This record gives sequence, C-alpha cells and structure tokens, in this order.
Amino acid sequence: MNNITPYSSPHYFIYLLLLLLPIIIGLWFGKRFRTYDFFATVVILITAFFGGNMSQGISLLCYVLLEIILVSIYLAYRKKHNSFWIFTMFVLLAIIPLVFVKLDPLLQNPTISLFGFMGISYLTFKSVEIIMEIRDGVIKELSPYEFGRFLLFFPTITSGPIDRFKRFQKDVNNVPSREEYVELLHSGVDKLMKGLLYKFIIGYFFGTLLLPKVQILAMSYKGQTPLGLSWWVLAYMYVYSMYLFFDFAGYSLFAVAISNFMGIKTPMNFNAPFKAKNIKDFWNRWHMTLSFWFRDFIYMRLMFTIIKHKWIKNRVTIADLGYITLFLIMGFWHGETWYYIVYGIFHAIAMITNDAWLRYKKKHRESIPSNKFTHAFAVFLTFNIVCFSFLIFSGFLNTLWFS
Amino acid sequence: MDEITTKIVDILQDVTGLDDAGQDKDQDLFKDGVLDSMATVEVLVNLQDEFDITVPVSEFDRSQWSTVNKIAQQVQELE
Repeated sequence: MNNITPYSSPHYFIYLLLLLLPIIIGLWFGKRFRTYDFFATVVILITAFFGGNMSQGISLLCYVLLEIILVSIYLAYRKKHNSFWIFTMFVLLAIIPLVFVKLDPLLQNPTISLFGFMGISYLTFKSVEIIMEIRDGVIKELSPYEFGRFLLFFPTITSGPIDRFKRFQKDVNNVPSREEYVELLHSGVDKLMKGLLYKFIIGYFFGTLLLPKVQILAMSYKGQTPLGLSWWVLAYMYVYSMYLFFDFAGYSLFAVAISNFMGIKTPMNFNAPFKAKNIKDFWNRWHMTLSFWFRDFIYMRLMFTIIKHKWIKNRVTIADLGYITLFLIMGFWHGETWYYIVYGIFHAIAMITNDAWLRYKKKHRESIPSNKFTHAFAVFLTFNIVCFSFLIFSGFLNTLWFS
Repeated sequence: MDEITTKIVDILQDVTGLDDAGQDKDQDLFKDGVLDSMATVEVLVNLQDEFDITVPVSEFDRSQWSTVNKIAQQVQELE
C-alpha cells in the first residue's frame, strides 16, 4: 500500500464521500459529532501519510507536536511579557522544519529533512499566523486541541487554501441552520463538479496530453537556434500556464467543496486570474489565500515597522522594498533553484513598474485614454506577462539551457 | 465618539492627501480606492500613535475597518 494523495484520482471521491456521509447527515440534523470528526481525520491522515514506509506520517506527528509545544510556550510567555526578540525567536523556531526541508535538495543530505511530509508548507503558514496573532493580542486563548484541529483540518491539509484561525473557529464552533447548510451543500456540489472539469478534464488535456508533446518539440531546437528558442517555447509557455491554472484551481475547488460539506467556509483560492487588468489585480485573484497571507504577515508588518520607526521617509521606496522582500521570500519558499528566485524577482519588478505607471497615470489622467480597447490591451498585456513568469517558474528554461 | 471620528478623518486626509476623504462616514474606503495597502499601514501607524492603542497589523479584517464609523468603533474597543 502507498500513500494516497488527496483528490489525486476520481475514485478517491467515492471513498471520501462515504467517509463524509455521517458528518453530512449530522449537519443536516443540526449536529456536529466531534468524535466522528476526529475519527475521519485519523482515517484521512493514515491513508495520506502512513500508507508507505510511514516516514511521512512520523514526520507529520513530530512536526505537529513541536508546533503545539512552541505555540503553548509562546502563549504562556505572551500573557506576561512581550519582547520583540522572543517573538522573532519563536517565529524562527516554527519555520526551522520547513527551512530544513527546503534546503535538503541543495545539501543532498537526506537526513537533514527530518520533517519532510506533504503539506508542511501549509501547516507552517498556519503556525506562523498563530504566533503572530498571539503577539498582536488577537488570539488570547488557544487549547492544544483547537490548534491541532485547525492545523490538521483534512480537506486543506496538503495544499491549502490557507484559512485563518479566527475565521475557522467561527465556522467549526457553529452549526449552520438547515437553510444555510442547504446553501453550503449546493455550492459544494457546484464547486466539486467545476473542480472535476478543471482538474481531470481540462487540466489533464493540457498537462498530460499536450504538455509532453510540446516539450519534445521545443527541446528538439536545443543547440540548433540561439538559446534553443523556437515558437514551441512560446507554445510551452501558454500550455504550461493553462495546465498550472486548471490543475491547481481544480484542486482548490475540491478542498473548498469538501470543507463546505463539513460546514466550513474555507476561502477561495482563485477569482478569474486571467481577467486581471494589471499585475497587482492579478495577485488579488491568483492563489489568493497565499498572496493575502504574504500581504498580511510579511508586507504589512514590514511596512508597519519601517513607518513606525521612521527608518525610511520615502513612501515609494518603502513600498518597493516591501515588494522585493515579499517576492524574494515567496521565491525562496517555492524552492532553492535559480528559476524560482528569478520568478520572485520578476514579479517584484512587475509590481514596482505597475505602481510607477499608476502614479504616472494619476498625474496625467486627462491625457491618457481609458476605454474598452485600453482595458482589453491591459488584460492582454497582464496575461502575457503572467504566462512569461510561469515559463520561468516551470523550470523548462533550465532543462532547455543547462541540462 | 465625535472626537474620535474627527481625529480619524484628519488622519485619513493627511495620509491620502484628499480633502474629501472620510467626509462620508459610511463610505467603503477599500472598495472606493481611498486606501491601498501602503495608505492602510500609514493610517494604522497614525491610529496607534494618536490613540495609544495596539492595532493588529496582520489579522486586519478589512470588512471591520472599511469605513470611518467602523474604524471609530474598533478604536473605541481597543482603547
């Protein structure tokens, strides 16, 4: 038996819905069965993490235990004191397991990533959120059980969307009324169907059928033309972008749909990202729970600290520095390869350029036309810039040029 | 409450440079583009200094801070 990646095949859903049935019946009659919820979580965790050689499962358990201990100690500390350095130390301790996992491929030393398991990034986002909100005084009480339940909420455990603790608590401690629940079931079924279409039909078409063929054609120009460039590289860019969107948006729809069946309104990850009219707009529509996490816990905090201490006076400089920091961290988070880092820098430059353009536009509002053609051009330009960034992100250029 | 509201409107006008910012106490400041991330942070820093409160920078639920009246209510609760 191997580990079963959640939502990876259509028949996973049959077993999953069977497992969910008692939860759905319970909610229909206005009840939450805590013990059964716990049981269902254990079943999913076992199939997802203990199916193979158990190393993933053991890593997961050690990781969760470590985070629970850290959060409990920090909570107890924060009730009496509030030092910036202690806070920073706890944030660093909370992300150490993730840092090890990310550095692992670089060091080629498999023993270092003691905590390697699928979804460690997403659990780390949640843990860091909790520590930061304890620091801010937003979270004053938190039992290990509540924290564990938030971390291990199984519909989103491997790849998000990244929920927020207070929002999650509001849903999980509440039983929706019959009307609300009918609404949730309805939206859940819609999202499930749309997700199946996205991931297993459109995503499959682009990713499994088209992408390998385009890749072979693009690779055939290697060494034949300058930098191996050909029209097929452009084709690869668009096909990969479509695959990336439909595969991940499909997965995210599943996670939200299953959450809905359990009476939890997990936030959506995508909102028609290819309709974005500029790059800022794009990040408000693409992998939203991640970009909002970075916005709230990195960008806003950094801006706040710089402005409060008056380290830098110029607003534009502060904002630009914020973008560079945010996207560099996002690049390193994706993985320690040149193309993830370049992807991050590329988006930071795009954001800075976009801000500069918006400032220019504000000053010269009368002389710059704004109509449906300029809007269509803006959407077209943004789409192509985004697809180009995904070409960098895909690592295909690395294969084409260096391997 | 009125005193708080006046101070908030002053802060909004200082930060955005718009003379009419916050005139309508129920205007949605985020939706209408009065505040972007940067301006939001500046408003928060000013609120913190002015009212001597600790604002939650990250768990910044925008729907609860979206109008002058809502900001005034939050400030009162945090004071």
